[in-house]
Amino acid sequence: MSDRVADRVKGLKGSGIREFFDIAQQMEGAISLGVGEPDFVTPWSIREACIFSLEKGYTSYTSNWGLLELREMISDKVYTDDSVYYDPEGEILITTGVSEAFDLAVRAIANPGDEVIIHEPSYVSYKPCTLFTGGSPVCVDTGVGDEFKLRAEKLEQKITDKTKAIILSYPNNPTGAALSRKDVEEIADVVTEHDLLVISDEVYGKLTYDGKHTCFSSLNGMKDRTILLNGFSKAYAMTGWRLGYAAGNKDIIEAMMKIHQYIMLCAPITAQMAAMEALRTNDEMEQMVSEYNRRRRLMVEGLREIGLSCFEPKGAFYTFPSIENTGLTSEEFAKRLLLEEKVVVIPGSVFGASGEGFIRCSYAVSQYEIKEALKRMGRFLEGHRVV
Amino acid sequence: MKEEVKEKEKEEILRILEENARLSDNEIAKMVDMDEGGVKSIISELENSGIIRKYKALINHEKAGIETVQAVIDVKVSPERNTGYDSIAERISRFPEVKSVRLISGEYDLSVLIQGKTMHEVAYFVAEKIAPLEGVRNTVTHFLLKTYKENGEMYEEEEKGERLAVTL
Ligand SMILES: Cc1ncc(COP(=O)(O)O)c(C=O)c1O
Repeated sequence: MSDRVADRVKGLKGSGIREFFDIAQQMEGAISLGVGEPDFVTPWSIREACIFSLEKGYTSYTSNWGLLELREMISDKVYTDDSVYYDPEGEILITTGVSEAFDLAVRAIANPGDEVIIHEPSYVSYKPCTLFTGGSPVCVDTGVGDEFKLRAEKLEQKITDKTKAIILSYPNNPTGAALSRKDVEEIADVVTEHDLLVISDEVYGKLTYDGKHTCFSSLNGMKDRTILLNGFSKAYAMTGWRLGYAAGNKDIIEAMMKIHQYIMLCAPITAQMAAMEALRTNDEMEQMVSEYNRRRRLMVEGLREIGLSCFEPKGAFYTFPSIENTGLTSEEFAKRLLLEEKVVVIPGSVFGASGEGFIRCSYAVSQYEIKEALKRMGRFLEGHRVV
Repeated sequence: MKEEVKEKEKEEILRILEENARLSDNEIAKMVDMDEGGVKSIISELENSGIIRKYKALINHEKAGIETVQAVIDVKVSPERNTGYDSIAERISRFPEVKSVRLISGEYDLSVLIQGKTMHEVAYFVAEKIAPLEGVRNTVTHFLLKTYKENGEMYEEEEKGERLAVTL
């Protein structure tokens, strides 16, 4: 048995960056802007509801679909916030995070050889998950000139007769870009014209700072073509609970449920109980959003003051400044910054080739940490500016 | 329209200061997307009009090793003909030992927080200064044993799970 590991896995790009992450994780006194989750602890009312459910003995499996009451609440919430209605019975599936929901979605729709269009820079899971299904990821670059938006013309250029679906991931990790209503309508036209499906990851939808997020499936004709993915991780500071959901066309959701029942059985009941409490009140979420917004401004202005050109992010909790004027690659920049000034940032290249020349700095950290990190980065840049 | 915008910014600045009064005008300006001059003028306006009363530190005296004794005194009073509860409440408020005075509903009328160095000092103060006041009919003294939360802040830092330094 010489080859214990399957080719499918060996084929995945090894991450040379791992070792950098290990250093970052262990360094004393480091400030990490590499975080991808809220620094808030889950609001107490949510934690308390979960404790109560444990006391009452809710420790069993649930329906494969997830608790009906939770699906009903999600249906109401999506209808109230985004004006699109999903039937709690058959059109909504509760999953262990958007992560699982994404995996189910591609597996449910992609045949080997089907092309799935992914805009980059983007979240790191889309490509490998698509590859696992035997589908072919097709990347389309977005650039700072387009405010990191997926433009309809650029999308159209990548469409072939093998294209099955596109991934839409806005507000975007790592760029913080968000799409306006007009932007998404233009994409919707292309989707209709070429008869495509859309997997829309809207996990940062509630974290939008300029104007309101447009849910893609709420657009005319898009509900039937869209698998809407959302969850509790970011908006409710519930990353560790592992809870999300998919909503969409009955046949597709049913197909996703079939996979889910064999690989996951159901999402954890404690997390489902907590999620119901999360949906009952918005106050704390809104306070967290206001606080992110203050930090966003503090960080964007601060980055500009120390000499980095920085695109103004409209959502999520990331800034994506350009480090091109240092002459360093984004990986070199991140490594040296860590070793010289103990600040962790993520090289943009991790999120796709078009992320080269940028770094991702998260503002899901305290105001104090933002200020201290900027001070250190300013000092670092003094030494590395190319003339 | 302009006034309305200013109202929104005023509120936002108050929220920011309530959380952390030591931020510089420049930092606040960035957060609310205004210029520094604008922030300065809003803050002076808030100070001059008495909306911002004072900037203070919230101190955990026990941790600092400073011995203090606090007590909540429930006070039952006979309201006066013209001034109701106000004049007696104001008289009580003037003592520096008195940290807060509130009119409350229920069996008692005023809730008074007193701070002193020793239990004896506090008890003595109640007996000598509050109880004999004209209009005070009855008092009950509750000594505070431990503070868990004050002004929206937990006294002990909540223990928090470590986040990963890197998540993509
Ligand atoms: C764009 C995006 N989608 C999905 C996820 C994972 O979400 P969940 O915790 O719901 O699995 C993340 C986490 O960083 C993300 O950034």
